[in-house]
Amino acid sequence: MTLIKTIISASAALIASAAMVVADPALIYDLGGKFDKSFNEAAYEGAEKWKAETGGNYNEIELQNEAQREQALRRFAENGNNPIVMAGFSFASSLSEVAPDFPETKFVIIDMVVDAPNVRSTVFKEEEGSYLVGMMAAMSADKAIGFVGGMDIPLIRRFACGYVLGARSVNPNIEILQNYTGTTYHAWNDPIKGGELTKAQIAQGADVVYHAAGGTGIGVLQAAADAGKLGIGVDKNQNHLQSGSVLTSMIKRVDLAVYNAFTDGADLTTGFEVMGLSNDGVGYAMDSHNASLVSADMQAAVEAAKAKIIAGEIQIHDALTDNSCPAS
Amino acid sequence: MKKLPTWIDILLIPLINLAIALFLSALVVLYIGEDPMDALSIMIKGAIGSSYGWGYTLYYATNFIFTGLAVSVAFHAKMFNIGGEGQAALGGLGVALVCLMFPWPHWILALPVAIIGGAVFGAAWAAIPAYLQAKRGSHIVITTIMFNFMASALLVYLLVNVLKAPGSMAPETGRFIEGARLPTGHDMLGWFGIKFSKSPPVNISFLISLLFCFFIWFLIWRTKLGYEIRAFGHSESAAKYAGISPIKIIMVSMLISGALAGLMGINSVMGESERLVIDSVQGAGFIGIAVALMGRSHPFGVLLAAILFGILYQGGAELALWTNIPRELIVVIQALVILLTGALDNMIRMPIERLYFKMVRAGT
Amino acid sequence: MTKDKQERPETAAPAIQLKNISKSFGPVQANKNISLTVNSGTIHGIVGENGAGKSTLMSILYGFYKADSGDIYIRNAKTSIPDSQAAISAGIGMVFQHFKLVENFTVLENVILGAEDGALLKDSLSKARRQLQELSTEYELDVDPDAIIENLSVGLQQRVEILKALYRRANILILDEPTGVLTPAEADHLFRILKNLRDQGKTVILITHKLREIMDATDTVSVMRSGEMTATIKTNQTSPEKLAELMVGRKVLLNVSKSVAKAGDIALEVKDLKVTDEKGVLRVKGITFNVREGEILGIAGVAGNGQSELLEALGGFRKSQGLVSVYGHSLDLESPSGQEIRDQSIAHVPEDRQRLGLIMDFTAWENIGFGYQHEPEYSNSWGLMNNRKMRKDASNKMEKFDVRPSNIKLKVRNFSGGNQQKLVLAREIERNPDILLIGQPTRGVDIGAIEFIHNEIIKMRDEGKAIILVSVELDEILSLTDRVSVMFDGNLVGDRITRETNARELGLLMGGETD
Repeated sequence: MTLIKTIISASAALIASAAMVVADPALIYDLGGKFDKSFNEAAYEGAEKWKAETGGNYNEIELQNEAQREQALRRFAENGNNPIVMAGFSFASSLSEVAPDFPETKFVIIDMVVDAPNVRSTVFKEEEGSYLVGMMAAMSADKAIGFVGGMDIPLIRRFACGYVLGARSVNPNIEILQNYTGTTYHAWNDPIKGGELTKAQIAQGADVVYHAAGGTGIGVLQAAADAGKLGIGVDKNQNHLQSGSVLTSMIKRVDLAVYNAFTDGADLTTGFEVMGLSNDGVGYAMDSHNASLVSADMQAAVEAAKAKIIAGEIQIHDALTDNSCPAS
Repeated sequence: MKKLPTWIDILLIPLINLAIALFLSALVVLYIGEDPMDALSIMIKGAIGSSYGWGYTLYYATNFIFTGLAVSVAFHAKMFNIGGEGQAALGGLGVALVCLMFPWPHWILALPVAIIGGAVFGAAWAAIPAYLQAKRGSHIVITTIMFNFMASALLVYLLVNVLKAPGSMAPETGRFIEGARLPTGHDMLGWFGIKFSKSPPVNISFLISLLFCFFIWFLIWRTKLGYEIRAFGHSESAAKYAGISPIKIIMVSMLISGALAGLMGINSVMGESERLVIDSVQGAGFIGIAVALMGRSHPFGVLLAAILFGILYQGGAELALWTNIPRELIVVIQALVILLTGALDNMIRMPIERLYFKMVRAGT
Repeated sequence: MTKDKQERPETAAPAIQLKNISKSFGPVQANKNISLTVNSGTIHGIVGENGAGKSTLMSILYGFYKADSGDIYIRNAKTSIPDSQAAISAGIGMVFQHFKLVENFTVLENVILGAEDGALLKDSLSKARRQLQELSTEYELDVDPDAIIENLSVGLQQRVEILKALYRRANILILDEPTGVLTPAEADHLFRILKNLRDQGKTVILITHKLREIMDATDTVSVMRSGEMTATIKTNQTSPEKLAELMVGRKVLLNVSKSVAKAGDIALEVKDLKVTDEKGVLRVKGITFNVREGEILGIAGVAGNGQSELLEALGGFRKSQGLVSVYGHSLDLESPSGQEIRDQSIAHVPEDRQRLGLIMDFTAWENIGFGYQHEPEYSNSWGLMNNRKMRKDASNKMEKFDVRPSNIKLKVRNFSGGNQQKLVLAREIERNPDILLIGQPTRGVDIGAIEFIHNEIIKMRDEGKAIILVSVELDEILSLTDRVSVMFDGNLVGDRITRETNARELGLLMGGETD
């Protein structure tokens, strides 16, 4: 603790100089905040894992407003932090401004592509993971399944599209109910509304509800469990949140992306890093909490599909490329 | 009759307020195991200790000056415009449209048109609640709050479906072209050979906001319209007696208010992000209320209050960067300062007033 | 009530003694070394102009202010009164000019409000009901205990205030300008009640500016002038003229002398005018009258019979139906505007100067242009104010109308009522309008200023202006107007030539007894 304090006060003292070289990595959370039980928290866990293993230190900041994006990037870069990892697609524009000013610093952006020689762009193939959980949902339901998205943005539509395609591949006639919590950042953190939407979908016959809604998802999983139906978690393994009522979770290894970046340190390779099924960047979660919900047949079918996707035999449409989905 | 000397009124009392706020904040910081003196020095140094700090402080202050002026003008007509948030969001849209629509060769051409764009869009968003208040008596507080939600939904719709840059994940427009980007503090001081940190987003909008402080002062205290607005704000019935149309005053004051809020867009959208992002206002519309209250609706007071809030914002960001104080607690510290200096002013003022008069009597 | 027996022997001791009371607000000394003795079992009047320090003195007695120096003795015992609770327990009750009643509570609930005995209302209520009955028979204070306050007339509401004080065992009752809102008959009744109270051994302090009431009702009278107590006299040893002189510090003419009116052409004509208020109640029920150049038409009546609405309709403040024409030009009654009225050279001195006539938080100079801000002398075509001109005008007009203090930068709120009224009159009269509408010109105005205001109104008449004067003060109507119409329940119930009628006849008309 005292060591951290010394470093902090030292860095504070040298605020304007930027002359200091601390090779510590830095992590910037998006507006949702560090403990959102989802995306940002996954990033935090990756950093903590690295810290526990190596005993190193890292700087971090939870953003409070839009103007702080560029500010945080510049401040960490001036301070000598390297690499600087940012969790969220919203940093793309700021990063493309800042990156050229600090050619010696390596940046890692998650969920978005920024084309600069000192930037690593880590993107996930959420549609692949969503495809698999969509199959599982369709196999566990009679005639309808649901999807609750957070903020209605293209990224989340990519989740939805993969989910729909996966479900239809199992049962072409299944009805798929889709709702979004809202259109502002608040939509990531509205578990009450998430629960309401879930209840409404269940009332229309949905047996399984998949969420891609950050903190809002807590309400989705709760409402599904309360109604005796199944929920599907997202980003992290959320099976334990409602043990026995969460069919599975679509895992997106943000923690792995952060951990890898920190481990690579200042020498990390730049360019694209695509994390999909093939390199375990996405997947579905199996553990003791959902073992009884997933039959051996089901798992076999999913594993088969997974193999085909990795082999390139199944091509899943990426809704981001054309902002539309071939099925709905 | 009963009056404190000016130096106590505008200097001593705010300073005591500030000291108490800092003391309480220190307790909070101490409680979570950080060193309060360190935290204080990070905040102050970070906000005003370097050209970098000033750059951010004044950037935030510019936003608050515009929204603070917006609330002030409405206050003078006794309209409680809670809708600065939505009006600023629409103003940002207006600015962005201006910047995106034409191939601007130079910012000198783009800026005046962007100012008009931001003002018109902001005013338009204030016009409907104003009309409903003037003609139908629908309470302005309720309608402007509703319009904040509608503004945010409208912007999301436009950014997701219409304005989003192709291939971008985030719901935001593409970056404005070079000719629609404003000179920053670094650029402007550079013209005079003065060194100023390159990173902070403070830009020429700050000077424009100062200009508007003067305009608004002139409007309120030197023009017939300002006279009528103030008369209406002090007494609606007397204004009516004097032949001042309530409908006209409500409409005009709210349109000016909305336009000022909308002007914030030239700072945040054109000056800082150089693109339109979702929620570009980030609460500045609401901070404007506190700024106007603290500045007693006087443009000069608004300016000072806006700079204080700018310092708090920038100091808070520095705290978040270099300490382990969670951002929620940083908000608590900011709120303590606002509470003590703004809302609880009388708590300190009254005992001091009593003490002062006791001393004066004892002295005579 | 066994109290009487204990108190009787003490009548010799003064009820209240104030010794060397001083109080200042910043640089202003409101009370200077005031000593006053009020004997038990008397009605003691206190007169003085606005700002003479009467209210401050009574506020000190009732615990609203703390005196800077001096002592208060209640029945020979030195008493400190830090707040109104202490005043009440010292046996002092106060009836304010503006009643402090809860409008939608019953009489009984208002009486016990703040003096409940315990957590349960029921006991207090039945106890209060018993006591109220005793009090009302004892002092002729009849009020239905279950009536809702807002349904009661002003006179009855005032009785509730008195009952409230008596219920709290007040022996000393202070009344601040109690007759301002009463009809002559109600005022007479009030004085009967007060005399009754006195005869039962209570002490009454009556604050008023009406000298006639002092002469009628009090035993002793004290006069205050600029914070000092200038005299305390037995009432039967003085006269109104003498009191007025003591108050103002110079000789005052109580009756205006005026020549017979030389009425000219019809200036303002009103036909079948109807005014509906905000609640949809018809307040003016189709009245017709006219005013000629060079005459003063008085509209008399008890407050609340539609005169205020009439005046506001004529002043362009209120919508109305019917016809109002100024020298043949019909006004727009559907969407009236104060601007149109002023354009027709009509000036309007509203009844409620604080709510309508002035912006209380504006300075005096800003108020001098109020309503005339469009005039080219005050603002140019670009909409810029000529503040310098307004300040200059303010200085001139305030000097001419002797507004005190003569500080043009002072907020109007800080002027006394009389000086506020002078500001409004200075503004409206100095525009030299053809028609002057004027409501309650001397309400809350002190004697010295009344004389001045009356003379200004007569002067305007003699210059050939048409004047409508609405007043609830019969004395004012009788001494000032040329013709008088009485308004009762929204109708004009009698037209009289002023010098051919008298207070008794008008009083009957005001009470609704038409001819």
